[in-house]
Amino acid sequence: MILKKDKSLKQKTPPQRGFFLPQKDLLGLKTLTREQILHILDRAKVFKESLKTGKKGDDLKGKRVINLFFEPSTRTRTSFEIAEKNLSAEILNIAPSASSLTKGESLKDMIENLGAMHPDLLVVRHAASGASPLIASYTQASVINGGDGSHEHPTQGLVDLFTVQENLGRIAGVNLLIVGDIAYSRVARSNIYGFTKMGAKVTVIGPATLLPPGLEKLGVKVSTQFHKHIPGADVIMLLRIQKERQQTLNFPSLAEYTRFFGLTRDLLPLIKKGTLIMHPGPINRGVEIDPEIADSKSADGPQTVILEQVANGVAVRMAVLSLWGNKK
Amino acid sequence: MKLLIQNGRLIDPATKKDGVTDLLISNGKIQKIGGKIRAQEAEQVINAKGFVVSPGFIDLHTHLREPGHEYKETIRTGTEAAAAGGFTTVVCMANTEPVNDNDVITEYILKKAKEEGRVNVLPVGAISRGLKGESLADIGQMAVAGIVGVSDDGSAVMNSALMRKGMQYARGFGLLVISHAEDESLSGTSSINEGLVATELGLPGSPDAAEEIMVARDIALAELTGARLHITHMTTRGSLELVTAARKRGVAVTCDVAPHHFSLTDEAVRGYNTLAKMRPPLRSEQNVKALKEGFQKNLIQAIATDHAPHASFEKEVEFHLATNGLVGLETAFSLSLKLVEEKLVSLPELIHLLSTGPAGILGLQKKGTLKVGADADIVIFDPKASVTVDVNRFHSRSKNSPFHGWRLRGKIQKTIVAGKVVYEA
Ligand SMILES: [Zn+2]
Repeated sequence: MILKKDKSLKQKTPPQRGFFLPQKDLLGLKTLTREQILHILDRAKVFKESLKTGKKGDDLKGKRVINLFFEPSTRTRTSFEIAEKNLSAEILNIAPSASSLTKGESLKDMIENLGAMHPDLLVVRHAASGASPLIASYTQASVINGGDGSHEHPTQGLVDLFTVQENLGRIAGVNLLIVGDIAYSRVARSNIYGFTKMGAKVTVIGPATLLPPGLEKLGVKVSTQFHKHIPGADVIMLLRIQKERQQTLNFPSLAEYTRFFGLTRDLLPLIKKGTLIMHPGPINRGVEIDPEIADSKSADGPQTVILEQVANGVAVRMAVLSLWGNKK
Repeated sequence: MKLLIQNGRLIDPATKKDGVTDLLISNGKIQKIGGKIRAQEAEQVINAKGFVVSPGFIDLHTHLREPGHEYKETIRTGTEAAAAGGFTTVVCMANTEPVNDNDVITEYILKKAKEEGRVNVLPVGAISRGLKGESLADIGQMAVAGIVGVSDDGSAVMNSALMRKGMQYARGFGLLVISHAEDESLSGTSSINEGLVATELGLPGSPDAAEEIMVARDIALAELTGARLHITHMTTRGSLELVTAARKRGVAVTCDVAPHHFSLTDEAVRGYNTLAKMRPPLRSEQNVKALKEGFQKNLIQAIATDHAPHASFEKEVEFHLATNGLVGLETAFSLSLKLVEEKLVSLPELIHLLSTGPAGILGLQKKGTLKVGADADIVIFDPKASVTVDVNRFHSRSKNSPFHGWRLRGKIQKTIVAGKVVYEA
């Protein structure tokens, strides 16, 4: 019965721009190709080197960047801001309070108003899944998703890919465990897309209540048995438990969570030498990870690269901003 | 005033008629059917050659939004949309503002419908006062004023004791109880099916069980109270099995399915498409398949639109803030005709689902049939003509349809209510 879609009535498609980056926006890692990810990581490497020499770039000279953070996030915002400054961008920081949007003004209104400032880039952080794609549809500017609800957090995913690549020399074939709140984690989604695309073997682990249906179809293994997978792991990525968000419905107590899904000291003998321990931060010490492991620098045990992740954040975001800020 | 419809293929599921014949209308009633009727007998003649003439469609589930939300729809625009969709009667839900939970509002709706409505409007009253699920609405007074059933549609009556009392009380007035079956403790704030799409979008999903638990409960309460129960906008295989099993053991329960629930799956929500946001949500492929089999096996008694108009600004927002629902009156017939094209039902069976079936559920004697003496509520359509859904041409005040741009078959040519043409293509 549906003969075919009438083309004349099709709603407007976003303009296709640039050779390397056909997408106007960076909304998630789901829609990036392997080649695009590699290209971004390569560029991040160059930026990381140049940062060591203290040199700044002018890739975004004359470009207007608006950091639009509806949800407070000191880490991500600071990381983006430093990256933007390093690239000589004109920066505008806006942190709309939730109340300004309840006064009858919609997100659409706000974005259309910001359009009058002709921004080149919008970095968006929002508590609602889908807010970044929605904003992208109402602006000509390129939108960089700085995390939207439980949807995606692509720059964090790229940081994690970069960190693994740098430490292990490869991503393909690496055994990655993502442990914790998979249901509500945008970091988990971006990493699932990013790592599977790059050929890693991904296992997601958490309480059954925090493992939403359909995950296997994303090309990952799903498990509730953390300890079983530890010996084979090359990378263990622990996710932050949002204490505020976890109603008692998802697991009985933080103590119980830690017992089954925390990286506790008694699991140390299971971890093979050189395994990377990652966490997107901020860490709940003693919940997701034993404080001593989190801060460990010992060369004969697992390698905690949590601070490296933070440091790499700036280089990776510089790569993203310079690429999306300079599309034709 | 006499109106003659000539040369059409008359299909009346109620009397099992199907053939080319003439039909004469007099004083809003069907006066004569059969063979050739001379044109001199009528003041107005419609040549329906090549078209189908059937009982006008009856929608068991429409939101007209008046009173209170006239910016979305009014009784006038809603019934214009109904007429354009081939519907001659619409049953309108109680979630207006104020809520239709007392006879004053019922009378207001009926008065407005009489003055401005293009088609018959049959109001449903609330089960609970203010749809709050706390105490019974003025069901008896509304029954006297003219409601045809009760429902808290839009939300479920979560309190089982109140639902029981509502059913018992409604039964005392011979009213149909229409159930929006949803366990809200399971569905939460979700308007998307629990599954891969929800997982990828990072949205909490609502499982099939949220519906099935309430279908099971309401069937149990119908057995307890003897009330006539109708499960509206049913979406899952499990619900269908529960209703079918209950009917087999003699429970007075019926069900309807909305066109969008057998035309789309949750895949339509990808990209955070708020036009595909509705409650109950668009379900999985397996459920859509089960519903289609349900039509094929004659287990579903009606198709209803759940026509839910919303202004564009209510959809152009973050997914979790968007309103639920879509306009359905003007696409229902063409989407339903797909069931015929897919050979799941015959054309007369489809007409039954859209007219005779709902009339039976409502207990209407004079509607949903073309027998002599019945109300002359008639639709004339061309089942072969192709149409392109264009929301800009909708008669509804709202344009929230995920079917914009779809090419379908089935064009409504004329809609006749009480012997008067109220819509012409
Ligand atoms: Zn409903």
